[in-house]
Amino acid sequence: MIATDGTYTLAFDQIGKHDLARVGGKCASLGEMTQAGVAVPPGFAVTTDGYLAMLEESGLRAEIERHLARVDPDDIDSIDRAAQAIRIRIRGHRMPEGVEAATRAAYASMGEGTPVAVRSSATAEDLPDASFAGQQDTYLWVKGADAVVEKVRDCWASLFATRAVAYREKNKIPHVDVNMSVGVQKMVNARAAGVAMTLDPGTGDRTRIVIDASWGLGEMVVSGVVTPDNFSVEKVLMEIIDRKISDKHVELIGDAGRGETVEREVEAARRQTPSLTDAQVIAVAQLAKRLERQNGCPQDVEWAIDADLPEGQNLLALQSRPETIWSQKKKAAPGNAYATGMMGIVSTLTNPLAAKKKT
Amino acid sequence: MDAMKSMFPSAFEVPTPKGAEGWQDLYPYYTHFLPQRRQQDDATFWFCNSQHWPTPFRPFDTVMLDFAIKGLGQYNTRHLLVPPANGVDYRILNGYVYFSPVAVPGEQIEGRVPHFMERAGHYFMNWGDLYANWKDKVLAKIRELDALNFTALPEVEALEVVTGGVGLDSTNQLFDQYDKAIELAYKIWQHHFEFLNLGYAAYLDFFGFMKGQFPQIPDQAIAKMVQGVDSELFRPDDEIKKLAKLAVASGLSPVFEGDSVEVILATLATKPGGKEWLAQWEAAKDPWFNFTSGNGFYSTDKYWIDHLDIPMGYLKDYIKRVEEGDEIMRPTAKLLAERDRITAEYREMMDDEAQAVFDGKLGLARTVFPYVEDHNFYIEHWALGVFWRKMRQLSKLLKDQGFWENDDDMFFLNRNEVRDVLWDYSAGWAIGVPYRGTAVWPEEIARRRRIYEALAAESPLPALNNPPEVITEPFTIMLWGITSDAVERWVKSDGDDGALRGMAGSPGVVEGVARVLRSPDQLSELQKGEILVTPVTAPSWAPVFGKIGAAVTDIGGMMSHAAIVCREYGLPAVTGTGNASSRIKTGMRLRVDGNAGTVTILD
Repeated sequence: MIATDGTYTLAFDQIGKHDLARVGGKCASLGEMTQAGVAVPPGFAVTTDGYLAMLEESGLRAEIERHLARVDPDDIDSIDRAAQAIRIRIRGHRMPEGVEAATRAAYASMGEGTPVAVRSSATAEDLPDASFAGQQDTYLWVKGADAVVEKVRDCWASLFATRAVAYREKNKIPHVDVNMSVGVQKMVNARAAGVAMTLDPGTGDRTRIVIDASWGLGEMVVSGVVTPDNFSVEKVLMEIIDRKISDKHVELIGDAGRGETVEREVEAARRQTPSLTDAQVIAVAQLAKRLERQNGCPQDVEWAIDADLPEGQNLLALQSRPETIWSQKKKAAPGNAYATGMMGIVSTLTNPLAAKKKT
Repeated sequence: MDAMKSMFPSAFEVPTPKGAEGWQDLYPYYTHFLPQRRQQDDATFWFCNSQHWPTPFRPFDTVMLDFAIKGLGQYNTRHLLVPPANGVDYRILNGYVYFSPVAVPGEQIEGRVPHFMERAGHYFMNWGDLYANWKDKVLAKIRELDALNFTALPEVEALEVVTGGVGLDSTNQLFDQYDKAIELAYKIWQHHFEFLNLGYAAYLDFFGFMKGQFPQIPDQAIAKMVQGVDSELFRPDDEIKKLAKLAVASGLSPVFEGDSVEVILATLATKPGGKEWLAQWEAAKDPWFNFTSGNGFYSTDKYWIDHLDIPMGYLKDYIKRVEEGDEIMRPTAKLLAERDRITAEYREMMDDEAQAVFDGKLGLARTVFPYVEDHNFYIEHWALGVFWRKMRQLSKLLKDQGFWENDDDMFFLNRNEVRDVLWDYSAGWAIGVPYRGTAVWPEEIARRRRIYEALAAESPLPALNNPPEVITEPFTIMLWGITSDAVERWVKSDGDDGALRGMAGSPGVVEGVARVLRSPDQLSELQKGEILVTPVTAPSWAPVFGKIGAAVTDIGGMMSHAAIVCREYGLPAVTGTGNASSRIKTGMRLRVDGNAGTVTILD
């Protein structure tokens, strides 16, 4: 059990759909998955109440507004100067006492010294521009309450990354409408990790689940530093239809001593070895399929296999979000009126598949 | 490719196997590739139907080929006017049969459509009633066949024949019965095809629709949505399983350690619970042991009911498995739930309009499919089983009259020659002289047997001449799995990686040791976990699917028996490899990939 105060901190298993405004998109999704019984690394959210308390108690809000009022939306230098000043102010301020106490208590209940990932979870992540969501920071392999508190503050500050400010200016999104929650989540000791899409990103085919997987943490897959192994699974029959095993030369792993992640070369023997067993491929596909059903639309799922957990219980979901590219495409009208009844039979007999296939 | 050179040889250039000279005498003229029409026959693509006839014909056995082909053709060509397809033409070469589907000329297709709509439409609209009626018709013919009884002509006609003023003798009955048997077989074959192509057409329509919705959907997934779980083809196997469970539950299993069927059955009668078991065994026999270990098309087929050692062997295996704690019954509730799940999940991925079409087409496919599966039990297993039994009785009778030496030698005569022998027998009997045939047939049968054996020693060529640009004949694709891709596979036998390629018949990947079977008599050689490799499987092989690891066949499409049963049992299957059973040897280690349709020899 994670000790949370219900105001500034909420454990993932306490978070539901209605909490989106308080915990942001990423934590809401983790909360929903946790509540639905999906295996998710445990953790808690520092709510937007904590962020707002920071703004109110320190007079930061007025200061931020002053800085932003002077910005010329067409002058990137002026945006940069204002954004940088705001970030320094946020990082330089003590966290409000109540927020800090709640954060430390929650972290302590996970076990002092537990490595965690600290991730920002903005309330505006559902904005259509996908790249915006990725602008907030994620810190991996954070250890100790002091470091956690510091990284939570850094996440708040990342709301004022230059690009984020510029984006809001350009799109006329009031800065005060976007709030920041921060997720603190037990670090996965990933033996392998990656992403799973519940449709074929190449064709939009919804009968397929396509999995990219590589050694270590999934960031290498997401960022494209390695060419991952690629598996295609038939969604209904749950069969592996296609697999491409790649040369996975580097992996990102946690360095518990240094409290950070390190990139290291993968030894020769493991490079061309599949990063997932067939059973694991199916388990990942089943997880993705389950998340698609729960969310009612195609999903893009980040997952990891935890080296410290027993086989069969070691697959963890890290994130699930709606797939945006094919889902936004208006389904191309099939155009062909279906031949039904006897006409269907006639058309099948006179124009059989083999002939169609060849064209 | 050289335009002058055919992909496959001409029938006129295929050499006769050594020792088979004169094989043409064994088969009627209309089955020959005749020099007089070489031009047409060379311009036609012929594929060897080794799925249904994997071994050469004994002369009598062409009765099945003639009737089957004629029945198939009449419905397409004359009853239903299937717009693009007439019948399938056929020839025999070196003892094997070659097929060639006959397309309707393009300009006639449209004119046939309204007729087809009306005629086939009537069948689809009234499927349930017509099918019930069909069963009645077929069962009546089986009863008629069963009533036939061939007995020797009497030394003297009974006194009543004289005193009753009958004025006719026993030969009339002999002729009548023989003619009746042939006529019933002919009619039964017509009924065989009464619904079959319509069933396939409805299935293909659904199949094509699904491929249109989901181009990558596996064929197996489509089959799984349509297939039922209670096909009558599964009943014989299910009956054996029930008997095995009852034997174990009644504490009778030690009795089955005995060797002979007679001893086992006799011992059971003396044991507590044995009478009940025997009653169930008797009930199962009729009709479910009318089940051939082949496909019903050969006089050499062995039917369970005539060879009780076959079901007894399976029974013993099942008893062992029940005692080891295996659940041997098919999980039908689970299979149905799985079918519903698969259906619902694909349906969910379609838009509303497509869902409505899906419901209609799937509904029809499911309506027709029980026929596609069950007709096989009624015709090939039950009716033809009775037919062959009666023909064996006749062969034995004529052997006893001295026409030949062995019980089954009659099958080295064609059906018209048998009619001549009956005449010879009747005339000799009436005249009071020895039958002429007794001096002719033993030698001729010996000659024919030698030819037959020489033919059987050679494998058939997969095809003759050039295939069409694209194979579009719907029934060829459905029934024989012969697509343009398959023909290409025959030509290039190997993949780049040395793997044999076939159809992905049933999903899954398995490695194991091969067991190559060329005849159902070898089924007992199969060891648990081995990979069955064979030219073609038959429904009565069902009991062995419980112990094999995977199946590989030379011939067969997505709806071939091996594919259907492997999907049911959750085993990988690769069908239609062309030549796996000759390239693979028993004992080789194989990797069978039922998802990709490949078989790799690992050592």
